[in-house]
Amino acid sequence: MARYLLRRLAFLLVSLALASVVLFVLLRMLPGDPANALTSVGASPEQIAAARHSIGSDKPLPEQFTHWLGQLAGGDLGTSFVSSLPVGPEVASRLNVTVPLTLAAFALAVVVAVPAGFLAAHKRHTWYGALLNGVSQLGIAVPVFWLGMILIAVFALNAGWLPAGGFPQDGWSEPAEAFRSLVLPIVTIALVMSASLIRYVRSATLDVLGSDYLRTARALGSSFGKAMWHHGLRNASVPVISVLGIELASTLLGAVVVESVYALPGLGSMLATGIAQHDYPVIQGVLFVSTLAVLLIGFAADLVQRIIDPRLRGRLSGGAR
Amino acid sequence: MSIKKTSLYATTTAAALALTLTACGGSGSGGGSASGGSYDKNATVDIGSLYEPQNLDNTAGGGQGVTEALNGNVYEGLFKLTDDGKVEKLLAQDYKVSGDGLTYTFTLRDGVKFHSGKALTSEDVKYSLEKVLADDSQSARKANLQVVKDIATPDPRTVKVTLSQKSISFVYNLSYVWIINSRAENLKTTEDGTGPYKLDKWTRGSALSLDRFTGYWGRAASNKKVVFHYYKDATALNNALLTNAVDVVTSEQSPDALDQFKNNQNYKVNDGNSTTKLLLAFNDKAKPFTDVKVRQAVSSAIDDKKLLESVWGGYGKLIGSMVPPTDPWYEDLTKVNAYDPARAKKLLDEAGYAKGFSFTLDTPNYDPHPTAATFIKSELAKVGITVKINTITPDEWYTKVYKNHAFTATLQEHVNDRDLVWYGNPDFYWGYDNKQVTRWVNQAEEASTTAGQTELLKKVNRKTAEDAASDWLYLYPQLVVANSKLSGYPLNGLNSQFFAYDIKKKG
Repeated sequence: MARYLLRRLAFLLVSLALASVVLFVLLRMLPGDPANALTSVGASPEQIAAARHSIGSDKPLPEQFTHWLGQLAGGDLGTSFVSSLPVGPEVASRLNVTVPLTLAAFALAVVVAVPAGFLAAHKRHTWYGALLNGVSQLGIAVPVFWLGMILIAVFALNAGWLPAGGFPQDGWSEPAEAFRSLVLPIVTIALVMSASLIRYVRSATLDVLGSDYLRTARALGSSFGKAMWHHGLRNASVPVISVLGIELASTLLGAVVVESVYALPGLGSMLATGIAQHDYPVIQGVLFVSTLAVLLIGFAADLVQRIIDPRLRGRLSGGAR
Repeated sequence: MSIKKTSLYATTTAAALALTLTACGGSGSGGGSASGGSYDKNATVDIGSLYEPQNLDNTAGGGQGVTEALNGNVYEGLFKLTDDGKVEKLLAQDYKVSGDGLTYTFTLRDGVKFHSGKALTSEDVKYSLEKVLADDSQSARKANLQVVKDIATPDPRTVKVTLSQKSISFVYNLSYVWIINSRAENLKTTEDGTGPYKLDKWTRGSALSLDRFTGYWGRAASNKKVVFHYYKDATALNNALLTNAVDVVTSEQSPDALDQFKNNQNYKVNDGNSTTKLLLAFNDKAKPFTDVKVRQAVSSAIDDKKLLESVWGGYGKLIGSMVPPTDPWYEDLTKVNAYDPARAKKLLDEAGYAKGFSFTLDTPNYDPHPTAATFIKSELAKVGITVKINTITPDEWYTKVYKNHAFTATLQEHVNDRDLVWYGNPDFYWGYDNKQVTRWVNQAEEASTTAGQTELLKKVNRKTAEDAASDWLYLYPQLVVANSKLSGYPLNGLNSQFFAYDIKKKG
């Protein structure tokens, strides 16, 4: 296990290093000039040159890259070209929104989707099994911004139960208020996420239901519930967990639509603004932190799978892909 | 709507509001105001906006958001541009101009303190002006203020500025110069101004809050705190207003959403005068727009009224030139090159394009440009002109059109007040080159009186309109939508200003 962990750690570091190079180079290949965001229409060539100089984008690329790496090594994500605020604390404050949002939505989706997916498979011949299946199919097709707008119209604008968007300026200093502003976004993400999760859980359960070992267990006198509990669920969860990992990672990165519908100051909207303004330090900072998060999630999913399924432990690396 | 009508409108609105407030009576905890309505003196006013500052320094590319939040509220100039376009003394108590018009002597107001506690002196004024003029300054007014030759500070309350040539707009341009504590640091993320509010907290991506400054030299703000909440999406902003998360929206950009406020007595939709013009800018140096008749023909072939109606419903105004009603040299020129397809065809015939021609229209990819481009394309098709729409990003526009002048025609919004004078610069991106106009613009700047300046710029206005230097499609509306509990907010938002200190909120 120790050897496996070391290997994973090395893999993580190499991936991060590669990602940072790719990220840096790709950003510089984007058309457009970061100085444009800093200068107004009517700016003279001298003003544009001054803007470039002030943010250091007039320096050679290798110099800019080593400068960035140096900062990273010191735990510093740099300073925004546009706002002059340090990127690190801003990423942290955005994570205060995005992480609770993603985790809560994820937890809610799992709580809804696992039993629902199981039922959809086990009771597939009943009307509610078919209904669950149909609803989840429909759920996959629903655009997340549309769902968000419907929820806002019903629960915020008409009923007035919850805020239509925004997040307290003081963050979590008043937890109840902060949480209230996250309820609708959480439900939005959870609904969309659980629709696809139900499909995965259902098919994994169907595989198990048709398996030889379950039939053997039943033949040896085990009840369906017992056989499912001891053998079925454990086997069904292995493929589901890798899907969960992917879902979690993609929500973390893909919350930008929900953040925009609900006007939340999250990581996704920070990235979108950064891109619009060619604010390289902001884009690099957000993507670097996200890459790290995705790698860690993959690692965690892999680890959980190994704990559940002893057969995987024999393999030295690999896992959740 | 003329300036007079606007102020009349504003007055009646305020009066009506005051009456309503008095009628409802007594619920405010703050007690009565001078105008008779009761309001909460310790209220927090939540303002919704789409324009977050990029940073807090207006000489470092802070953008229009920083003007909206900080200009007049946190920072003050020697002069102030009022909401109806007049220039008033603010930190300057008085000033004298020498006989040759080259030396301005300003006396500073007494007892003015910065938020840090330091008293305002002439050194700070000198420092602030020099900051705008510095090499790395990104101030939009830098070019206009380059006539400043020397700044002297004979005593702590006197500033003497010598110009290299006469500049009648000097005092007006000073209204854009923030007076900053000369010892302040980190102005991109903090502030040290003299205004009625000091910065409380800026949470990037979310909000910027201001607190009433207790040491303010003038009349204290009518509310205790203002919070600018920033939204990226107009729908989210409107939802915030509908759920009372914000009290007022500084500039409504989504006309479709107005009905829900217009028909609701809890809200008031205010139709003010903006200074934002939507232009079909020809490259006057590129064929076929080198020909006046072609430009006139295109202008006459487009039904601006119909375009405005389709984009903004009943809001906004038609303008026949670059000059909005809040500029002193405004004149209604909508009849010059007005919509007349028959005339357009005749002009095309005279110009030798009886069979029409085709051109590429570089169109920024954000609203309302694509809509306007499609409309223009169908209008011009009716007189035989084929338009090829080339959609470009703001970045591309900046490089291709603005810097390299590599275009035939383009769409663009021009937001500033008093920007007619760009037609006097033959090197500006649209390439309008008329020696007479250039002379008038220069003479206007050297005029001895504002009356003389106004007279000359009116000539420029008429001449550029007759020449169809560009086609001015329409003037954007300035729609401030507010909760009916609120009064005292600015209506016109000139140059994106939004003075918050007079806003009164019923308790």
